[in-house]
Amino acid sequence: MSARDDILARIHAANTGIAAPPVPRDYRRTGTHAPGDAELLELFTDRLVDYKATVVPCTPATLAATLADICRDWTVVVPAGSASSVPGAVVDDGLSYAQLDALDAVLTGCAAACAETGTIALDAGPDQGRRAVTLIPDRHICVVRADQVVHTVPELLARLDPTRPLTFISGPSATSDIELHRVEGVHGPRTLIVVLVTLSGGLRRRA
Amino acid sequence: MSQTFLGMPHAPAGVGHLHGDRPFPDAARDALANTQLRRNLGHATATIRAKRASVVGELDDWEELRLAGEALKAYTMAHLDRLLPQLEAAVTARGGVVHWARDATEANQIVVDLVRATGTDEVVKVKSMATAEIGLNEALAAAGIAAVETDLAELIVQLGHDEPSHILVPAIHRNRAEIREIFLREMPGVDPELTDEPRRLAMAARAHLRAKFLTTKVAISGANFGIAETGTITVVESEGNGRMCLTLPDTLITVMGIEKVVPTWTDLEVFLQLLPRSSTGERMNPYTSTWTGVTPGDGPQTFHLVLVDNGRTAVLADPAGRSALHCIRCSACLNVCPVYERAGGHAYGSVYPGPIGAVLTPQLTGAATSLPYASSLCGACFDACPVRIDIPSMLVHLRSTQPHPATERAAFEAVAWTMASAGRFRLGERLLRLGRLIARRGRIRRLPPPLSAWTDTRDLPAPPQQTFRDWWSAR
Ligand code: SF4
Repeated sequence: MSARDDILARIHAANTGIAAPPVPRDYRRTGTHAPGDAELLELFTDRLVDYKATVVPCTPATLAATLADICRDWTVVVPAGSASSVPGAVVDDGLSYAQLDALDAVLTGCAAACAETGTIALDAGPDQGRRAVTLIPDRHICVVRADQVVHTVPELLARLDPTRPLTFISGPSATSDIELHRVEGVHGPRTLIVVLVTLSGGLRRRA
Repeated sequence: MSQTFLGMPHAPAGVGHLHGDRPFPDAARDALANTQLRRNLGHATATIRAKRASVVGELDDWEELRLAGEALKAYTMAHLDRLLPQLEAAVTARGGVVHWARDATEANQIVVDLVRATGTDEVVKVKSMATAEIGLNEALAAAGIAAVETDLAELIVQLGHDEPSHILVPAIHRNRAEIREIFLREMPGVDPELTDEPRRLAMAARAHLRAKFLTTKVAISGANFGIAETGTITVVESEGNGRMCLTLPDTLITVMGIEKVVPTWTDLEVFLQLLPRSSTGERMNPYTSTWTGVTPGDGPQTFHLVLVDNGRTAVLADPAGRSALHCIRCSACLNVCPVYERAGGHAYGSVYPGPIGAVLTPQLTGAATSLPYASSLCGACFDACPVRIDIPSMLVHLRSTQPHPATERAAFEAVAWTMASAGRFRLGERLLRLGRLIARRGRIRRLPPPLSAWTDTRDLPAPPQQTFRDWWSAR
């Protein structure tokens, strides 16, 4: 018998007479705030700042200038399908890992975000690029549109396609391995800057 | 147990890290004499308990999430023989290759052969309980393949020629000064001016591993969840070493226990809330990666998934013990356990220490052991468990299946030791307060044996929230 058949036969025998009750789903599956709601954006900002990300609000009209200002001292890479860019940016056309390692920062969009946990989800879409591009450079500047921000984790997962390679990011790289204290910045980007685009503006810059 | 479930082999002895070489009471006695270890553990577990309590308190649907998690796990185990082939089919359809291993020896051989076929003699690894359980690093070393651990705590353990002592933080028994010394001694090219500031230590690890990430061709990982419906594998981590391993090499080999399967993508919404809050006490861990087979032009272009039994089906065959397989390895039960806090992880002689180890290890190995006695049955582990595994009842059940005489005496002695150490009274009072956790509406209706003889016939009033001594020291 193959290992596969053997294991499945063992499971089958072990499960004889076992029935499982239905799964209760009484937890919250939708939030109290609609995507992009002002209070939700405040919560999202709080959560990001709590985990040491920087949040820079802007409007569609001020986005380009805001990005240029953030990135003025850095060499920046952008994915080939990026909606935003900055002067002098390098477009990723299949750069080597060593080339990516030599750049200061990466600028991308995101697929969706979750306010309650301060999480940004990337799905390797055209404006986010392949995973290596958002991993190797030491700084990640991520543009999040207000309507991409949902309240809860279930709403976040519902917006994503699991067959795409996904990365959920909650603050910059961190470790709790030394005496169980959180220390920011290990192997992934040590700086995470979220540029939050709202129609009205009105949020404060926070770090 | 091994006689009862013929045809359900346990995890073999002589391979991997489940079979300790010393009984718990012996090993615990030595650990209790190590004051530095006790201080490190006490400090770390107190830190994490406080963080966990605060982020769990933020969610008003925490109990509903726990109930959903418990039921999802029971459902998964009852349908494992359907869900695993479904996972296999989905991974295969997306360009991955699935392998099955009856036990540690088979799993190690599969991985060694896969690495050999790539022609490399070095691999990078993401921290994984499954690969620690089967002793993969030793098997690779025997085949002339160097495995570089990339998780900071695993690196500390590996460089310190040490054994892991905690599921989540394998180097929890080390403080920052000890870590600095290990780095100075063992890390090639380390800055001799290195201080013991945690940030500086983390930066030393970053510099040490950077070149490896960018050049190593093969990575090995575990899996937190494998979604049957879509074939999506999930790794939950913090440092970005996981992302590096899962993204940059050409070949990725993932070793996953068969119990890690999750029915649907939607079900992940429960576990992605329960796990980070219970383990590191964060609303969400910094990085979670998911991938489904192979994505052209992005990440490893060869993906192998190795599904491992290694005694899990023997656990499944015991109706009173099978829920030990529900564990999502958050480590919350370790952090609240008064016995773990004093004895430390090494005393359990298994990669799975603490309360979950005391029930899972003997069931996986089927070997006679005093581990089910390594508990005071205070109930704190059940209250902390995000998937509501009733560890205290299972301990009592396992005690009844283990040979009684000498082991029992010795183990009770170990627990007595815990109670008799510096804070005998303090601890006793704390256990009483923990009794509140099993109290419902202010009454304790059922205590674990032997006290059940008392509670079977009457309710005990729940102990007060704060003891006099706690109040005194908190003034
Ligand atoms: S038994 Fe429960 S609390 Fe303990 S590690 Fe497993 S899931 Fe976490």
